Amino acid sequence: MGAIFRRELKAYFTSPVAYIFIAVFYIYTATYFVNYNLLYGTADMSYVFTSAFVIMMILLPLLTMRLFTEERRLRTDQCLLTAPVNLFSIVMGKFLSATCIFLCAMAIYVVYVITLVALAGSVAWATVIGNLIALLLLGASFISIGTFVSATTENQVVAAILSFIINMAFYLIDMLAGNVQISWLRNIMASLGFYTRYSEFSTGLFNIPSVIFFASVIFIFNFLTVRVLEKRRWA
Amino acid sequence: MIEVQNLTKQYGAKKAVDDLSFTVNDGEILGFLGPNGAGKSTTMNMLTGYISSTSGKALINGIDILDDPIEAKKNIGYLPEIPPLYLDMTVKDYLNFIYDLKKCKLPRKAHLEDVCSLVMIKDVYNRIIRNLSKGYKQRVGLAQALIGNPPILILDEPTVGLDPKQIIEIRTLIKKLGKKHTVILSSHILSEIQAVCDRVIIINHGQIAADDTTENLTKNISTDHRIIARIDGSREEILKTIKNIPGVISVVADMEREPGIYDYEIETREGSDIRRELFKRIVARNWVILGLKTTEMTLEDIFLKITMGDNVVIKTKKKDAEATTAEADETAETNKKEDEE
Repeated sequence: MGAIFRRELKAYFTSPVAYIFIAVFYIYTATYFVNYNLLYGTADMSYVFTSAFVIMMILLPLLTMRLFTEERRLRTDQCLLTAPVNLFSIVMGKFLSATCIFLCAMAIYVVYVITLVALAGSVAWATVIGNLIALLLLGASFISIGTFVSATTENQVVAAILSFIINMAFYLIDMLAGNVQISWLRNIMASLGFYTRYSEFSTGLFNIPSVIFFASVIFIFNFLTVRVLEKRRWA
Repeated sequence: MIEVQNLTKQYGAKKAVDDLSFTVNDGEILGFLGPNGAGKSTTMNMLTGYISSTSGKALINGIDILDDPIEAKKNIGYLPEIPPLYLDMTVKDYLNFIYDLKKCKLPRKAHLEDVCSLVMIKDVYNRIIRNLSKGYKQRVGLAQALIGNPPILILDEPTVGLDPKQIIEIRTLIKKLGKKHTVILSSHILSEIQAVCDRVIIINHGQIAADDTTENLTKNISTDHRIIARIDGSREEILKTIKNIPGVISVVADMEREPGIYDYEIETREGSDIRRELFKRIVARNWVILGLKTTEMTLEDIFLKITMGDNVVIKTKKKDAEATTAEADETAETNKKEDEE
């Protein structure tokens, strides 16, 4: 797992992908931070956190699209799959490397917090920390979805678009729930909405079920990735 | 040691590998020979655990590749048909990555240096793989397989796409490796197998068509003797004369090699040597023999014979004596089949 993790991380930084991802993320969130916190002079960071949802939904597929597609296209998966490592650690190595890049991007929030502390004297620490955890969970969820999709196709563009569609489905699903007449289906759809669960955190509500929900999403999609790789061997 | 028992791989209705069984002993270099699409790569992919078998077993040093893949894979170094190289890495980074991936315990620096000098890639050690020539890429692929010093090496067409000099280098290297490792090597180039391998398995349509040492295989099948004689003289007369020699089955003269001079392809019965008689009779008529040679079947002929005919299965050499008659029948049958075609 360590070897794959380190290789992936290095690969992110030898190509422009990681730099572009991090830069775009910084620019986008900084725009919100400057406009809402600095110009309005408020220490309430909720908007900076909730606005990140959309950019993550769009950008994270670009980060994960090549994880398994390239392995398959260049046949380097033969090297991984015939090495004495299990599939789970291969998947984890890749998932964690992308998560690590996301952490680098997320680190900008620490700068925002420090800036606010310097200007306003203090921030609502509990809310900010709760939000950071939620941000990480959401990012890791999108990454696990992207990793899964990349294992199902050989084409990077297809992988990116498909993961974006799945991300968007999780974004919209609870908004569509209101139109569904069947109550059990409506309940399920309502509870699957990423955005509702994520934005709750910015109101200062640290919702344990939501934490468990995102952790489950991460687990399920990584598990599915392992299954897809396993399945391909048996095809 | 590799034991393969009734290995089968089915893709939909097509059987890519059909009930394959063989054993490779320690220290043996086994050649896997077959036309493209015969199932060589599929078999190798199953042996290395890249894909699973539909049924049957593959034991690597006694460990089933499907039951305990991690332990089994520790024993194998695999060079797939397309070397699995990360193009954006340097050779150094790549080999270090493989070292970590295989959880190699040997002293890192010394081991990597050994491997690099063995496959002669020291001079490109710090270069990016993308920029290497095909020959170097192939060798980096081989280095990758050698890391961790696995007792079994499985090499899928290791010389494909190389220039003649590189081919010879790689072959010499494989021979060298064969002294310490068990090697399975696939190829559709016959001279390669002949040059490198102790034993050859010819595989066609996913089945074993022949399994023997290269020597025996050549010996076994060349029981039909053929002589080619280049004779100066009247074609019709010569044909008649040769036909009358006892032991001659047939004679043809289709090739006019020099003006008025033909090559006479003479097929003789097993065990009869007509060369002396031929010489006497030709000289008696005042013709001149310009050349005389026996044609032993090369592995190439055997290969074509096996792979062109649909279900020609050549029996491998059995316990000597009893086999002779059976073989003669076999050969006769094979010939008949070919004639029909």
